[in-house]
Amino acid sequence: MLELRKDIFADERDDNLKEIGKGTQRQDMLGHVTGTSTYFDDHKLQGMLHLKVLRSPHAHARLRRIDTMEAERSSGVRRIIRGADVPRNLNTLLSLINFGKDDEPSLAVDKVRYKGEPIVAIVADSPREAYEAMSKVRVDYEPLAAVFDVEEALKPGAPVVNEVYPKNTFIYHDVYDHQKLRFGDVERGFAEADHVLEQRYQMSPIEHAPTETNGSIAAPDTNGRYVVYTSTQALFFSLDTCAKILDVPSNTFHFIGGTVGGGFGGKVDTLTEPLAILGAMLTGRPVRYQLGREEEMQFGSPRGAERIYIKDGVMRDGRIVARKIRAYFDSGAYTRLSSYAVVKCVAHLPGPYTIPNVHGDVYCVFTNRTPATAMRGFGVTAMDFALECQMDKLAHLIGIDPMEFRILNAYRDGDMKAHRREAKNTALIECVQVAAEKAKWPLREEVKRMSSRKDGGGSRAAISPTPREPEPQRAVASQQRTTYDRAPPAPIHEPPPTAPPPPPRPQAPSPSHGATRFSSVFGTRRR
Amino acid sequence: MAKHRGRGIASINYPIGMNLGGDPSQALVHSNPSGKFTVSLSSIDLGQGMKSVTRQICAETLGVPVEDVYVDTADSDTGPHCMGSFASRGTHRVGNAVMAAAKEARGVMMEAAAEELEVNAADLDTDGRGNIHVKGAPHRSISTKDVAIAAQFKQGKTISGRGIFLVPLSEVNPETGEMSPATCYAHACLVAEVEVDDETGEVAMVRMDSAYELGRALNPRLVEQQLVGGAWMGISHALFETPEPYYPDPAHGPRDFVEYLMPGPGDICPHDIAVLERPAADGPFGAKGPGEMCANPVLPAVANAIFNAVGVRMDELPITPEKVLRAIKAQGGARPQARR
Repeated sequence: MLELRKDIFADERDDNLKEIGKGTQRQDMLGHVTGTSTYFDDHKLQGMLHLKVLRSPHAHARLRRIDTMEAERSSGVRRIIRGADVPRNLNTLLSLINFGKDDEPSLAVDKVRYKGEPIVAIVADSPREAYEAMSKVRVDYEPLAAVFDVEEALKPGAPVVNEVYPKNTFIYHDVYDHQKLRFGDVERGFAEADHVLEQRYQMSPIEHAPTETNGSIAAPDTNGRYVVYTSTQALFFSLDTCAKILDVPSNTFHFIGGTVGGGFGGKVDTLTEPLAILGAMLTGRPVRYQLGREEEMQFGSPRGAERIYIKDGVMRDGRIVARKIRAYFDSGAYTRLSSYAVVKCVAHLPGPYTIPNVHGDVYCVFTNRTPATAMRGFGVTAMDFALECQMDKLAHLIGIDPMEFRILNAYRDGDMKAHRREAKNTALIECVQVAAEKAKWPLREEVKRMSSRKDGGGSRAAISPTPREPEPQRAVASQQRTTYDRAPPAPIHEPPPTAPPPPPRPQAPSPSHGATRFSSVFGTRRR
Repeated sequence: MAKHRGRGIASINYPIGMNLGGDPSQALVHSNPSGKFTVSLSSIDLGQGMKSVTRQICAETLGVPVEDVYVDTADSDTGPHCMGSFASRGTHRVGNAVMAAAKEARGVMMEAAAEELEVNAADLDTDGRGNIHVKGAPHRSISTKDVAIAAQFKQGKTISGRGIFLVPLSEVNPETGEMSPATCYAHACLVAEVEVDDETGEVAMVRMDSAYELGRALNPRLVEQQLVGGAWMGISHALFETPEPYYPDPAHGPRDFVEYLMPGPGDICPHDIAVLERPAADGPFGAKGPGEMCANPVLPAVANAIFNAVGVRMDELPITPEKVLRAIKAQGGARPQARR
């Protein structure tokens, strides 16, 4: 049941439009309900071959020897593809926007870094013959110690997952093993707070579980081009990734997408297109590569796990005065998109609330598991879970209604956000008020009259003095540049120097006024 | 042993478009000689309805009926560049590109009509039903079809337009995290009511009430589809899903839908939704995007409702019956909190 509340913010809208605002039937409805919408897999081409990959049974192992002799003689096998056959067998997805270093091969060469990592690809007349040949590939593995916990991975002596990032973290700004957020002085905030609450939250990975698994069909076209039918969510992103890995100009490819059987972020990684095209290049035949359900579920890249620590300082009257967050994104064995999710998460802190002192450290950590990727709510879903559970605990701790607590702390037009931009066009307060009304949740009259458009800005727009931290030595810039037009590497663009933060204020004395200190992190509660 | 009911809330916001910007989308719009328009995109419709939303934006901007617009997507030879369908960017980014392209095409269409009617183009308006008329004199009009024929075969004009939308890429300060992550934000608040069985640890959804602020509901039916479906996904994330049930131990990973659980028809609940519209300054007709954010408030609202019902804090997702039961046992039984 959906109700449009046209009465709210009516003065900001022109509702006299002809097509906008109408519940017009979708353009593709007829195709969907009659089963005639075409998916990539509806393109059955003459002479089409099938590609399957052999995946590692180990989470971390050295590849001593790969023997494909017997597999090559297996019935129906047209071609076996190894890492050495891939023109540029190292890539990172976000090289397209100049973010991060190439760290992931299409087919593993010296080492496998997660259970399920592709090692060789087999192109055969039928899927069955590809699987039969796969059982005849002999791989000599030397198992290595593996690490699965993000905080264990950061300890000295932890197994190195990915040699491109030897400390098991993505590197930000060529210097830091995490992205920082500094706004005001949280320690001073904690010292002033009536209550301090520190908690730990954990989200496990989540699978996109699309009805249609990842897949593509590549076929030689006329004039040396290749046509690629794909389930991708991002046509040019996938096309440019393939052009880079296969080292050909981007106009070699004609990508055709279309109806996607569920994406949710799981069809950005370009998991199948490079090998399908390479198979077509090497055999001269159309090649289909689609993940099976188990592959999609276990090896197709999930929403990554996150571990989040939140420490809040709150006053008896309900104002949150300090919020400190440390979070670890489990990227799995390769970067894919987790490095970018971290920055988005930092931008999201401290949630939709105006808090004068905020401190964030968010890490992208490598472990020996399936690489994580984007999913609906990228970088935000787990943090919202943690923040809103924390909000409920804070309201409970100080004995205030949880709806009222949110309205009291909600950001309003004109407030300063922790990433140092003014809040505009805010509407959290109205959402809470309307949800309360719908749920018949009583709110005090005074709270019902509050507005996102009133009482913001002023002192709420101020940035409290932020203590300076020691700056580490800058390493040599090592980011690569890969542009859409394949231009030569451009100079690394350093962010302009910013005004140094003002000097730190004298340390405030530690609290001695009977503040409640509760910590699930250290398991102690003291008064 | 008993079943306990509880209510929990969560409120959230969500940034629209790729974080930091730098994610362009282009669109091309052209008319055929019968006055039927095609929008050419490389963008992908994932089932969310991007084709339909951009079709309405194009029709509104051109001033023609929606039936006269067809949106062609997902072809790298015919559709100009788009960053992709993710980050809740379809409506905002692609919608703006289509709007710009349609505006340019409308300009040519009005010039062609002005030539046919022998008036100034500034004096003309569209009626949204396929006609162009002189303002204040509806009888002096010409159909868009006749304008298209004249433009093509008589005047030699192409009724077409190009559009791009780009939020320039923001820097990120390494020391402070200062940045411009997004130009607008959607908002939501959701109340979840659950019933917790203290004997089995099972959590049943009773109902949800919510309010979502989305800038402008370009197509309320598509918005409803997103919000209802997204809340289902939120329930699923809160109570059911993970490919690593004992994370960080990778063992016992599910391999199919028998082992990977999701809510079935009996596990969902009534959901009463209100939609608020505070237009974004740079959104197409003020629109933001409901795509990703609609699942987010459900997870914490459910966890908070469980606390209200039985007094245990569930800080690890997913909240399986095993975890709930262990937590209830650890605190020596259910401790229902004040009903609200």
